Amino acid sequence: METLLRLLQQDCTTPREELAQLLNLSPDELHTQIATLEKEGVIRGYQAIVDKERLDRNTVTALIEVRITPERGGGFDRIAERIAKFDQVASCYLMSGGYDLMVVVEGGSLREVASFVTEKLSTLESVISTATHFRLKAYKVNGALLVSDTPDERLPVSP
Amino acid sequence: MEDKIATHVRDIPRSGIRDFFEVVQTMRDVISLGIGEPDFTTPWHIREAALFSLEKGRTGYTSNLGLPRLRESIAAYVARNFHITYDAPTEVLVSVGVSEALDVALRALLNPGDEVLYHEPCYVSYSPSAILAHGVPVAVPVHEKDHFQLRAEDLEKRITPRSKVLLLNFPTNPTGATMPREALEQIADVCRRHDLIVLSDEIYAELTYDGADHVSIATLPGMRERTVFFHGVSKAWAMTGFRIGYACAPRVLIEAMMKIHQYAILCAPTTSQDAAIEALDHGEAAMRHMRDEYGLRRNYITAALNAMGLPCPLPRGAFYVFPDIRSTGLSSREFSLRLLQEKKVAVVPGPAFGACGEGFVRCSYATGLDQIKIAMQRMKEFVEEMR
Repeated sequence: METLLRLLQQDCTTPREELAQLLNLSPDELHTQIATLEKEGVIRGYQAIVDKERLDRNTVTALIEVRITPERGGGFDRIAERIAKFDQVASCYLMSGGYDLMVVVEGGSLREVASFVTEKLSTLESVISTATHFRLKAYKVNGALLVSDTPDERLPVSP
Repeated sequence: MEDKIATHVRDIPRSGIRDFFEVVQTMRDVISLGIGEPDFTTPWHIREAALFSLEKGRTGYTSNLGLPRLRESIAAYVARNFHITYDAPTEVLVSVGVSEALDVALRALLNPGDEVLYHEPCYVSYSPSAILAHGVPVAVPVHEKDHFQLRAEDLEKRITPRSKVLLLNFPTNPTGATMPREALEQIADVCRRHDLIVLSDEIYAELTYDGADHVSIATLPGMRERTVFFHGVSKAWAMTGFRIGYACAPRVLIEAMMKIHQYAILCAPTTSQDAAIEALDHGEAAMRHMRDEYGLRRNYITAALNAMGLPCPLPRGAFYVFPDIRSTGLSSREFSLRLLQEKKVAVVPGPAFGACGEGFVRCSYATGLDQIKIAMQRMKEFVEEMR
C-alpha cells in the first residue's frame, strides 16, 4: 500500500498495467487497492505539479504567518476554515510556535496578494497580526527537484 | 617486450566485459543495461560528510587498517545487520573496494598450486585474482534450474587434497541468486569437513528483496573462525567511486592481510573513509529508498523478459537478471552484438562471467525505469524478429 501511494504521488498518470507490473500485482488486485484508498479518503485527488516560473504571466506566492485569538467553543478551527475557503489560499496549516496559522497565498502580483492580506485577512476580527513572506525561487516542489542533478557519466559497460 | 611479461600474467585472457565495452563505446544513443553499478548518486548527506572532511583538512594518511572510528562503525554495522561480532581494533581491515581486500586475502592464504573453488557464472575478477596469487581457480557451475544457487554435492565433487579456499558471492553478480539458510548450511558442512577457508563477498547483501533476510555463512556454527567476510559501501549507498570495502575475519587472517595491504596500498582514501562512517551510521533510510526502487524495476524487467519469451526466475538479490536467450537460436555473444547494433540496447553476454554463462545474458536494472521501459520494448521487437 505504501509503495503504491509513493508511486502515485510520484506520477499518478502511470498506466495501471505498468503499476501492476512494478508492484507484482494482478490488474484486479491493483484496482481494488486504489479504489479502497480513494473510498477511505486517503487519496484526496490527483493534480499536476506546475513550475509557474516557466509561465509567461507573473505569479506570486506568499507564505503568511497569522496570529489569531482562539474562540470559546470553536478553538482555531472555525476561523481557520473561514480563511481556507478563500480562493486565493492554496494551503492553510495550524502551526505550533510563534504564530498560529501558516497561510499560503497565490496571486497574480504583489499588489494582489497585499490587498488580500490587508483587506480580507487582517480585517477578520480574530486576526491579531500577519507577517507576509514572498517566495523568490523554487528549488524543490512536492519532492520534485527543479534544479538538475549531475548527468549520468557512468561507463556504458562495467563488471 | 611480450616475453618480459610474467607468464601467469600473460596467460590471463582479456576480460570479456572489456571487449564488449570497446564495441559499445563507439556507438551513440545506446541504452545500457550493461552497467554493474548503481545509477543513483551517493545520497547527499554522505557526500556532504565527505565535503566536511575536506573542509576540516583531513587530508593525510590514516592507520593502515583504516580509521579506528570507521572500524568501530563497521563492527557495529556488521553486528547489527549480520549478527556477527568482530573486534574493531584487530578483526577489521578497511580496503580500496572489496576487490582489493579479496586480492589481499588470496595472496595471504595461497601457496603456489593451492586450489580456489568458486561458483560460476560469477564476478569477473575471481579466477584472475586466484591466478595472480599463484593459486589454481576451480569453477563449480551453478544452474538455472537451481535458481543459480550453489549445490553442496556439485561443490564436493570438485574438492581435491589441494582445495584450500571457497569463494562465495551471494547475492550474486551476474545472476541475482541468493542462498537460503538451509542451502548455506549444506555448504558450511562441506567446508568444515574439508577444512576450507571461505571468502564470502557479500557486497550486495542489502539488496535482498521480498523482505527476505540475508544470511551470512559466517553466522553458521563453526564458520566464523574459517570465514573472511567481505563487504563495502559501494552498492548499498551508490558509492562505487569512493572505493571503500572492508574485510572482517579472525585476527590472524587480518594480520596476514594487513602485511600485504600496508605495503601495496598503505591505506584507503581518507575522505572516502569519513564518508563511509556517515553511510554506515546514518544511511539506513537512504539505502531502503534505493532498494525499494530497485525492487520495483526488478518486478518490471523480469515480467517483461518472461513475456517476450526470455525466461528468467525473479531474482532475489543484487540488481541483475540473467535471462535464458537460447530460444532465439543465437549465441550469447551474437545476441548481445546484434541487439546492440540493431536496437542500440547493451546487455552483457553471459560467458563474460564464465563459460557456463553461455545461453544467457546479464541485464542490469541499475538504470532508470524510463530507460528500462524503452529497452524492453526494443528487446521485444528484436526477439520477435529473430523467431
